[in-house]
Amino acid sequence: MDLLAIPRLIWELVRYLFEVLPDLLPIILALATPLALGALCGVLCERSGVVNIGIEGIMLMAAFFGYLTGFTLHDTLGTPVAVSLGIGVAVLTGAVLGLLHAWLTVSVRADQIIAGTMMNIAAFGVTGYLNRLIITPSGRGGAGVIQPFHLPEQLASLPLIGPILAMFLDQGPIAMSVIIFVLVTQLALFRTRWGLRTRAVGEHPKAADTVGINVFRQRYMNVIAGCAIAGLAGAYLTLESTGSFQNGMTGGRGFIALAAVIFGRWTPIGSFLGALLFGTATALGIVVNVHPAAGDLGGLMKSIPTFWYAALPYLITIVILAGVVGRSTPPAADGIPYAKEGKT
Amino acid sequence: MRRVRATLAPTWAVASIPVYSIVLAFAVAAIVVIVSSAFTETGFDPLLPLKAYGSLFAGAFGSGNGIANTLVAAAPLMFGGLAVGLGLKAGLFNIGVAGQFLVGAFAAAVTGSSLANAPTIVGAPLAILAGAAAGAAYGFIPGYLKARTGAHEVVTTIMLNNAAVLLLTWAVNDLVRAPGFSFPRTGDIGQSALPILAGRNLHLGIAFAVSSIFVIRWVLDRTTLGFEIRTVGANPNAARYAGMRPVFITALTMTLSGLLAGLAGAIQMLGVIGFYAPGITASVGFDSIAVALLGRSDPIGILFAAVLFGAFRAGAPLMQIETSVPIEVIDIIQALVILFLAADLVVRRVFRVRAPKVEITEMATVTGSWGGTPPASAAR
Repeated sequence: MDLLAIPRLIWELVRYLFEVLPDLLPIILALATPLALGALCGVLCERSGVVNIGIEGIMLMAAFFGYLTGFTLHDTLGTPVAVSLGIGVAVLTGAVLGLLHAWLTVSVRADQIIAGTMMNIAAFGVTGYLNRLIITPSGRGGAGVIQPFHLPEQLASLPLIGPILAMFLDQGPIAMSVIIFVLVTQLALFRTRWGLRTRAVGEHPKAADTVGINVFRQRYMNVIAGCAIAGLAGAYLTLESTGSFQNGMTGGRGFIALAAVIFGRWTPIGSFLGALLFGTATALGIVVNVHPAAGDLGGLMKSIPTFWYAALPYLITIVILAGVVGRSTPPAADGIPYAKEGKT
Repeated sequence: MRRVRATLAPTWAVASIPVYSIVLAFAVAAIVVIVSSAFTETGFDPLLPLKAYGSLFAGAFGSGNGIANTLVAAAPLMFGGLAVGLGLKAGLFNIGVAGQFLVGAFAAAVTGSSLANAPTIVGAPLAILAGAAAGAAYGFIPGYLKARTGAHEVVTTIMLNNAAVLLLTWAVNDLVRAPGFSFPRTGDIGQSALPILAGRNLHLGIAFAVSSIFVIRWVLDRTTLGFEIRTVGANPNAARYAGMRPVFITALTMTLSGLLAGLAGAIQMLGVIGFYAPGITASVGFDSIAVALLGRSDPIGILFAAVLFGAFRAGAPLMQIETSVPIEVIDIIQALVILFLAADLVVRRVFRVRAPKVEITEMATVTGSWGGTPPASAAR
């Protein structure tokens, strides 16, 4: 009896997951999008040897300034234009903050972890300050969100393909573009000259410098590009997902993104899978309450509180870092500022 | 006069960059305030920063009540700053103060509320011990993992911070929720509250915090343990060849650091908050990092930095009421202080500082170990 209990539970779990999949998938995709984009930022920065724990702050700043743009231009230009401009501003915000982080870590050779901590505190302060000063007193809310594209009825009613296609297109442009970003970054990192240089600079900057690669320029480029993508993650939160801004609304997503980077062993596809896994953990916590499973499994899953599902990504990361499930090794020169010989 | 200058010179050499950083941070924040004032209803006001800083100062030091509030806000920052500073001395960056603070506050609240009717002399010490133990345990986890497996403490403590928020919310909801309230919270600490020494809110924890500054200073400067901690921070390999145990010291320092952060939570709970509810935020976490960096991870420096940031927290509400400059300007100033400390070449250019570079050299050990080399890797 006891021997059979566990396989039966697993079987029930598989059946249950299959049953709730149509409900689960959109939630997973929505939750994983900012994580995956943030993780791409982490991969790009750390592959070139710059630790960035300020992803959370960069996402928050970009989310705010993107929202502010959409919010101010909403009435005069209409939702589509305002939101597109907002996304542009968010990406630009990310890039500018990336420039700041690159200047601090590459040129000034300030401590990278302190620089990231500064970024997080600054983001919390600046967004909270401007939110209280500008958005709250105006009494208006909402920058509008991008309207998802709805599939024509004939296509959506196709068996099998229809629902999947509809669900994918329901996600909005930023969420849909994530997979493209991931694939392009993966290819670029491992199949192009730029990628080779990035990895060289991150593993052994001195050797890279010797063969004529500009270490500083490479690191600047990567950090700025990465942070621009983190800015897109911020835009997703305010302009695609919720259409509003709350203080501290990133809620630790930047840190889970950091965890996804480690989980994915510093590869774009790996960290995307990590983001999906972490998204699934949180999504399960939601779905279990909406569609409880039947039988023993239902009792078991109900007995695990929602907060445990939400805490799962953090606990998984610690277990992975501790080397319990295979070691995860970062680039060799990650976190170490580079100084040309003879210069101090 | 010359003798005075001679004794002050070394102090100024260390303190000049932090002091100039604060001045520069206030100046840049003033620009932010002026520019942003153009977007409000009251309109552009170039004198607004002066008014705002004036009421900030008045709120923090202008009255007996203000000074008391400053000290009350500074007490947990002293413990938190010591927690981060002690870690830095051993080459460990404890970003986990926020989580350890919450765990400590929670443990103190649960113990305190279960002893709510016991005499203070029993309840308060036990609640403080519980908070310290919980913080220490929560600090031990990343310390042990760093020592044994090389898992970087910055990542593990960030994860533990977020996990702590969620798990404590669950614990308050499902395990220790006090009956009779409309929202999830623990019971009142009642008699376990720290005694008030003077005025309305000057509780015993402040004296406790100030004395801990000198205890930690003594430990670091005068004991074998302190010497070992500093040596491991400066150079783990040298420490090992000198016969010290970097693995043990790493785990122990993180545990002690967590203990101090847990104490910060405990005294805040027993002296100020009174019950644990999931909403309590730990701005102490990030504030402590700023305090430790500004204080150059030196206990006396941390004492001054904690009072300064405590004054910010205490004076900010009055500033927001009188001048409607948002409280969050404090966070901006704090971030700018850290920015200028990290990029001290800006400060040197602006103020033409010629003092020799005084760095927290142990930070090199912190970021350099991002690649996951446990301090004992060569020994195993």
